[in-house]
Amino acid sequence: MSTARAIAGDIRSGAQRAADVLEEYLGRIEAHDGDVHAFNTVTAEQARAAAAAIDAAVDEGRDPGPLAGVPVAFKDNLCTRGVATTCSSRMLEGWRPPYDATVVQAMTAAGAVMIGKTNLDEFAMGSSTEHSAFGPTRNPYDLARVPGGSSGGSAAAVAAGFAPLALGSDTGGSIRQPASLCGIVGIKPTYGRVSRYGLVAFASSFDQIGPFATDVADAALALGVISGHDPFDSTSIPAAVPDFEAALARGVEGLRVGVVSELTGSGRNGAATGSPMLGDAAGEVLGGIDADVTERVLEAADALADAGATVGRVSVPAVTYGLTAYYLIAPAEASSNLARYDGTRYGLRVEGADVEEMNRLTRRAGFGDEVKARIMLGTFALSAGYYDAYYGKAQRVRMLTRRDFDAAYADFDVLLSPTSPCVAFRFGERADPMTMYRCDTCTIPSNLSGDPAMSVPFGTGAEDLPVGVQVMAPALGEEAMLTVAAALERAAPPLPKPPLAAAASTTGAGS
Amino acid sequence: MGEAAAISTDQVAHVARLARIELTLDEIEHYTGHLGRVLEHASELADLDLADVPPLAHPYPLRNVFRDDVASSPVDRDEVLEQAPAASGGQFEVPPVLGEEA
Repeated sequence: MSTARAIAGDIRSGAQRAADVLEEYLGRIEAHDGDVHAFNTVTAEQARAAAAAIDAAVDEGRDPGPLAGVPVAFKDNLCTRGVATTCSSRMLEGWRPPYDATVVQAMTAAGAVMIGKTNLDEFAMGSSTEHSAFGPTRNPYDLARVPGGSSGGSAAAVAAGFAPLALGSDTGGSIRQPASLCGIVGIKPTYGRVSRYGLVAFASSFDQIGPFATDVADAALALGVISGHDPFDSTSIPAAVPDFEAALARGVEGLRVGVVSELTGSGRNGAATGSPMLGDAAGEVLGGIDADVTERVLEAADALADAGATVGRVSVPAVTYGLTAYYLIAPAEASSNLARYDGTRYGLRVEGADVEEMNRLTRRAGFGDEVKARIMLGTFALSAGYYDAYYGKAQRVRMLTRRDFDAAYADFDVLLSPTSPCVAFRFGERADPMTMYRCDTCTIPSNLSGDPAMSVPFGTGAEDLPVGVQVMAPALGEEAMLTVAAALERAAPPLPKPPLAAAASTTGAGS
Repeated sequence: MGEAAAISTDQVAHVARLARIELTLDEIEHYTGHLGRVLEHASELADLDLADVPPLAHPYPLRNVFRDDVASSPVDRDEVLEQAPAASGGQFEVPPVLGEEA
């Protein structure tokens, strides 16, 4: 499997044709997506036309852009004009948006070729894709396990070699956690760095779009393409976009790296979490971080210290309440955002005697179990008599998180933690809602604060499955985050390829 | 499962009405359990004294966001209505709203 950089370089120089690259990826999808189910829709015909246009541009001496001819998969909650955008919900089955999301326009303008729309937990509510109305996506490392979620289809697509790049959305960890479970790189940018225009809204004060890639440099390239102010998103930050790729070559010498105590367990329970550089953890255990995951994070910290960074422990106490605050605020925002699915303007309608009955029957038939639960939870958290105790209190915890991060970033340039408390789990293993929600323990804090965070593969845990290390940075601090991520990538032990992708690279047409 | 103290079946039925979701009695029981488990966990916030901490609704404060006052072409009306469950005369069509015959 090639990187997006290599593919675009070859196509721009004429060494490869976009049409040939596309057929190679379509062939892998054809051969293996029956097993993985990364895609809701494969847009083969449209992609062939787009690839032909890229080749024509090269023939005419025009540069198609930094992603020339690179096949890209979009999470199926990103609007694509004329192409079904389902959010993996019966509610939007068959809906064809009348416009493209800003990120879709940006990727296309940079020369990328949309290859398909990827599966997700319904309306991005979940951590495993088990809540998709169209069946789950399977992890390319082990088809009996989940790929993570909600952007599990995008993560699995990149891990399986169905596309070198994909976009997803991250509301509570939905890019970083599946990237971690699938052994690839995933970035949640600063809230407002990337336009949300055309992203189907889940929880608007958290939602952020970001890239998946097989390495940090490809992720940085895609991040640069989709970043920037957009007048169509009023929460988009009017800040200049740095040269993210330049950040990769910088060393970590002099950078201060803080390991978050609350998210790296403790030696007290007898788990082996000692580190030569840091000693035993002083922080409190936060419900179930697997010992092997914590060990990889501490090894990552040691590797950064070896590379010249100043590494220390830091306490961010409010993160222990992040999960609770998030699972009140996000459903509250969702209950408002999903009120639009009322059978009137798009998607499903179930007829009723009057408009209200039509609304109730439509929403009964169109929403799955988890979506209904979250809408009702949010409605309750906002309802008269409970607002202060739940929604109001959660917003104060959000401020506390912001303050604790600010204090930590006064002493450290970036923070380190696990991305996920565990490696990829088996289907059905986390059926209890609170058990599933705990998948997001380490990722939620950066959604509460709005800060950027990313997952980088760093070795394996149980069953030889990938472990991801999370690198967090203050708002608009993507450059330091990428510098550290690139250093971790250089230091990481080699990751076995997923069996599917390994098979693809031996049988594939000369990539 | 059983009923959690944090929310009752009556409250779930009320919330389902507010959220315009039709539920059977069995489903109301089911969601009472589901919501109860989450709210039980959320009770840990009750012990926090946060009176002095202001609420944070949005991570990146931006004020008075206006785009330039330039005319542009809106999304095509027919393309939008094509996706509607029912439309006629250039408008969305819905069942009676006020209980009268259409």
